[in-house]
Amino acid sequence: MSKSGIFTSSLAKKYWMALTGLFLITFLVGHLLGNLQLITKTGEEGRRAFNEYAYFMGHNIFIKILAYVTYFSILAHACIGLYLAVQNKKARPQNYAYNRPGTNSGAASRYMAILGTIILVFICTHMANFWYKQKVAETVPLHVLHKEITEEQQNPMTGQTIKQVIPIDYVLTTKGDYMPFAYVDPQSQQKMELMDVKEGTHLYDKKAELQVGEGYRDLHTVVMNFFGQSEQGQPTNEWALVAVILYVVSMFVLMFHLWHGFASSFQSLGLNHKKYNGIITFTGKAFAIVVPLLFAIIPVMIYLNR
Amino acid sequence: MASKTININLKIWRQKNVNSKGSMETYKLDNVSTDSSFLEMLDQLNEQLVNSRQEPIAFDHDCREGICGMCSLYINGEAHGPDRAVTTCQLHMRKFKDGETIYVEPWRAKAFPVIKDLVVDRSAFDRIQQAGGFVSVNTSGRTMDANAIPIGKAEADKAFEAATCIGCGACVASCKNASAMLFVSAKVSQLALLPQGQVEAQQRVLNMVKQMDEEGFGNCTNTGACAVECPKEISLENIARMNREYLKAMVAAD
Amino acid sequence: MSILDSKIPEGHISKKWTDYKDHLRLVAPNNRPKIDVIVVGTGLAGAAAAASLGEMGYNVKAFCFQDSPRRAHSIAAQGGINAAKNYQNDGDSIYRLFYDTIKGGDYRAREANVHRLAEVSGNIIDQCVAQGVPFAREYGGLLDNRSFGGTQVQRTFYAAGQTGQQLLLGAYSAISRQIGLGNVQMYNRHEMLDLVKVDGKARGIIARNLITGEIERHSAHAVILCTGGYGNVYFLSTNAMGSNVTAAWKAHKRGAYFANPCYVQIHPTCIPVHGTNQSKLTLMSESLRNSGRIWVPKKKEDAQAIREGKMKPTEIAEEDRDYYLERRYPAFGNLVPRDVASRAAKERCDAGFGIEANDTMEGVYLDFSAEIISKGKQTAYTAGNHNPSQEEILKLGKKWVEEKYGNLFQMYEKITDENPYETPMKIYPAVHYTMGGVWVDYNLQSTVPGCFVAGEANFSDHGANRLGASALMQGLADGYFVLPYTVSDYLAGDIRTGKISTDLPEFEEAENHVKDLISKFLTNNGSKTVDHFHKRLGHIMWNKVGMGRNVQGLTEAISEIAALREEFYKEVYVPGDANELNPELEKALRVADFMELGQLMARDALQRNESCGGHFREEYQDAEGETLRDDENFNFVGAWEYKGMDINQSELHKEVLNYEYIKIAARNYK
Repeated sequence: MSKSGIFTSSLAKKYWMALTGLFLITFLVGHLLGNLQLITKTGEEGRRAFNEYAYFMGHNIFIKILAYVTYFSILAHACIGLYLAVQNKKARPQNYAYNRPGTNSGAASRYMAILGTIILVFICTHMANFWYKQKVAETVPLHVLHKEITEEQQNPMTGQTIKQVIPIDYVLTTKGDYMPFAYVDPQSQQKMELMDVKEGTHLYDKKAELQVGEGYRDLHTVVMNFFGQSEQGQPTNEWALVAVILYVVSMFVLMFHLWHGFASSFQSLGLNHKKYNGIITFTGKAFAIVVPLLFAIIPVMIYLNR
Repeated sequence: MASKTININLKIWRQKNVNSKGSMETYKLDNVSTDSSFLEMLDQLNEQLVNSRQEPIAFDHDCREGICGMCSLYINGEAHGPDRAVTTCQLHMRKFKDGETIYVEPWRAKAFPVIKDLVVDRSAFDRIQQAGGFVSVNTSGRTMDANAIPIGKAEADKAFEAATCIGCGACVASCKNASAMLFVSAKVSQLALLPQGQVEAQQRVLNMVKQMDEEGFGNCTNTGACAVECPKEISLENIARMNREYLKAMVAAD
Repeated sequence: MSILDSKIPEGHISKKWTDYKDHLRLVAPNNRPKIDVIVVGTGLAGAAAAASLGEMGYNVKAFCFQDSPRRAHSIAAQGGINAAKNYQNDGDSIYRLFYDTIKGGDYRAREANVHRLAEVSGNIIDQCVAQGVPFAREYGGLLDNRSFGGTQVQRTFYAAGQTGQQLLLGAYSAISRQIGLGNVQMYNRHEMLDLVKVDGKARGIIARNLITGEIERHSAHAVILCTGGYGNVYFLSTNAMGSNVTAAWKAHKRGAYFANPCYVQIHPTCIPVHGTNQSKLTLMSESLRNSGRIWVPKKKEDAQAIREGKMKPTEIAEEDRDYYLERRYPAFGNLVPRDVASRAAKERCDAGFGIEANDTMEGVYLDFSAEIISKGKQTAYTAGNHNPSQEEILKLGKKWVEEKYGNLFQMYEKITDENPYETPMKIYPAVHYTMGGVWVDYNLQSTVPGCFVAGEANFSDHGANRLGASALMQGLADGYFVLPYTVSDYLAGDIRTGKISTDLPEFEEAENHVKDLISKFLTNNGSKTVDHFHKRLGHIMWNKVGMGRNVQGLTEAISEIAALREEFYKEVYVPGDANELNPELEKALRVADFMELGQLMARDALQRNESCGGHFREEYQDAEGETLRDDENFNFVGAWEYKGMDINQSELHKEVLNYEYIKIAARNYK
């Protein structure tokens, strides 16, 4: 076989589809576990957990490698898939005047290319909304905890105790502690910053010009705001409902794609055995339902809990 | 057998030759015995056409007992019609209702060009077989005794099941991608399951798949339509086996 | 002294072939590519011959009218293939297979050919296994065997009910390999329409490309016809729709004698005729007689009640059933040879006991209920259940039957809409195989030098009746193991001949002849379809040259066919053009030859004043209705020489059959 056979032959393309597909299936599991933190934990604890997780995902070398494999898988899966779809279309230049494919095959299996394309569009928007902001544009703000400290001071003149409320922003650092980042001076009512931020997350002491730590980005709040929840309860994204609906629809599409794709990838790799086919098919269908369903629940709950 | 007759409407693909454009034409046929096979119904229609000085419909057929693989026809949106595990010659008119409109089309695939009306050219299948669907043994008869190598019954039975493929092309016709995977994998499987075929298994699967790709068949997307429509009920297991064989060969080949 | 020289070699029968082979001339490998061989037909014999000769290095051109060599009608053989392997240790041997075949053929086959067939039978199985043919096996991994009609040993190798398919696909794989290697050039969708003779030798063929309609000339140093039998002369038969006699008949018209045309095998177990639009008959494998019992009601009124639909076969009590084969032939019972079983069925139906509700009341039962119970019990016992319930027995029994005959049962149910697991199958004899064919000598060469004929197309091995599972054996034996030797011997004389030009006047004459005939049909302004005439021909043949024949019927048949022939040429309407795919034209060309053949069959049957094998002359039977052979006057092969359009002018030549190694006796299966 020619050296390029591992890319050009029809079977080799199937293997690539299956391998990348299976990898993306495992990716989905990881992604889902991370996302579930959005609803399983609440308040600052939840925010902290999610942002720490996001940071971890962006910085662990092992995860980084996996991330690149994921990008590759998405690209390869999409490109080969679309190429195959075009080729397959060409294999039947003239269609049947009357066709009843529903009698011999499942709808999901017949619309993989269309489902996949929709998912690809979803992935693009999804990445633009979150991944791009977090990783490329770096517009995601730091994880800042807003606190108000009430300082009691005795007026030496009157002996009265004066309560002074000082709003302080703490930034959560990768060491796990909250460092004061800025406060509002009670006298001047001016915001006094204690730190400079360089390269997005590196925190420098303003006076000492010394790096004192690294902050987490607050992806959690971005997500929450995107799907309509804010701490204040006012609308943060006028399109939130649309976003939630599109997200849910996309997960529905993903379900169909997995409905066929999961077991199909095993078949493509030749893993077909009477004894295990039942388990594979069952797992595939269960996976296809459970995983997209859990994904879809998250934005819905965020939206409803605002 | 209580013989009943029905009247039917037919919409049939007519095409003069490989270069001309075809179209669906409508015919009416009365008094079709429900005991007739689908092809006997077409015989009856042709008799009617010839008697009224019209050109009869060309369709492939030969053994009329479901084994030669010559008959084809996409009937009412399915290869070999609505019945399961039959070829068109074994499909009987009792499967149709009185007054029903029946659509009859040729197999449609780039690799199976229409020769005339409902007749298609399936020589692509022959070329795939010629690329490797054999054991390279001379025909001297001077091999070893037939019982020299015992073959487990289970393996032998599986090889036989794969070998029952009649090469009709229903798999290609049914597949939304016009893929020939079921056909090719049946032969690859048969020979891969038998010790006699295992000697050249690697080269065989590489050569047959290469030829299959060159013929312009589509790719397999595991919809399973082929196995459902296959008149010999060839299993998808064979495609998986071919996938394994090819993977092995691809990784191991020099 | 006959002018027919069968060229049987000297020596003891068991040594003849070996010695003969040792002394045949050879063609050196470097000379083989200079020699062209045409093989017409790609069934077992044709594909095997083309593959073998291609492999040897000859330039082979193979022709078939189907769209692929894999579709030849050998594929439809169901039951199995015989071979004297004695794997079952039941006393089988080459001699016994030889003996059974001669006896089964009612002592009308050539000893030397049949012995050679038995000798190479074992090699066929070796060859096929080496090719990857998936024969049925036992749990120990060794090959399984079953019994077939006319034998008392288990020597039939099989692959479920699709043995012919598996063997043909084996031969197809061999020819495919040679096509891939460039040694064989395949011409599919081509039909041979004439044999071309140059200086008295077969030197090529005229073929029509069935797609473009082009008339092509193909030259070669030898032409091998493996074009199957002529059962379709009856219109309704178990043959494929395309099966035809044209190639063999054209050779006949060019000088090849046609032998024993009246020997036709009527297969006992086919699905009965159901309607006027029926196009073919479906065989239910003879192997079913291993497990099924054949019966009709003992009382005529029961038979009538069944035909009228007032009674079901399952309602007839055991003692009211006539298992007529077991009654008449206790030793062989339901496994008597085909001709015997067919005649017995006809006898019962003629007597009014038929159970099929068609015009002719032709049908008997093939009942599996006893086998289902016995095998169900056996299976239960094997599984350790010594006290199975009736339901368990039935369930296990049905499963056993399904494993053995599942595809046949399914086929039956699809066609008839009746479930044979619950109610007995209805069967009736139908035309199946033709023992007669082109006369060939020991080399399988016809009376036209260079024209070899193999498989069902020749007459050689089965005498007046073929035993089950022997056709596959003969086809492969001829193709793989006989022709490569004998054709090479013939071709050894051609190494200096050089390419045969297709511009020779003989080619032109033959081509013009074909073209004239085609244009005659296409311009004929008739009003009736080809099938109309074919059906009428079949009707005459079935009624008068069928299972029972007599002087009056045969005489009538000859003149009726003559009249039909005349009407055919006057009244047939063939639509379409010559230069396109034109199935009606193909049929017309074939039916024209069937008409002539039909007449010759009737003539042959008329001259053979005896009953033997598939040829049953009602005048020649004993008091019990058994055949009466006349070994004194009819111990010969009747080979006909064509003498022009009027078949009545055809001349009979006799090849006397000498039995040196088998004592000729009355055939007794009682």
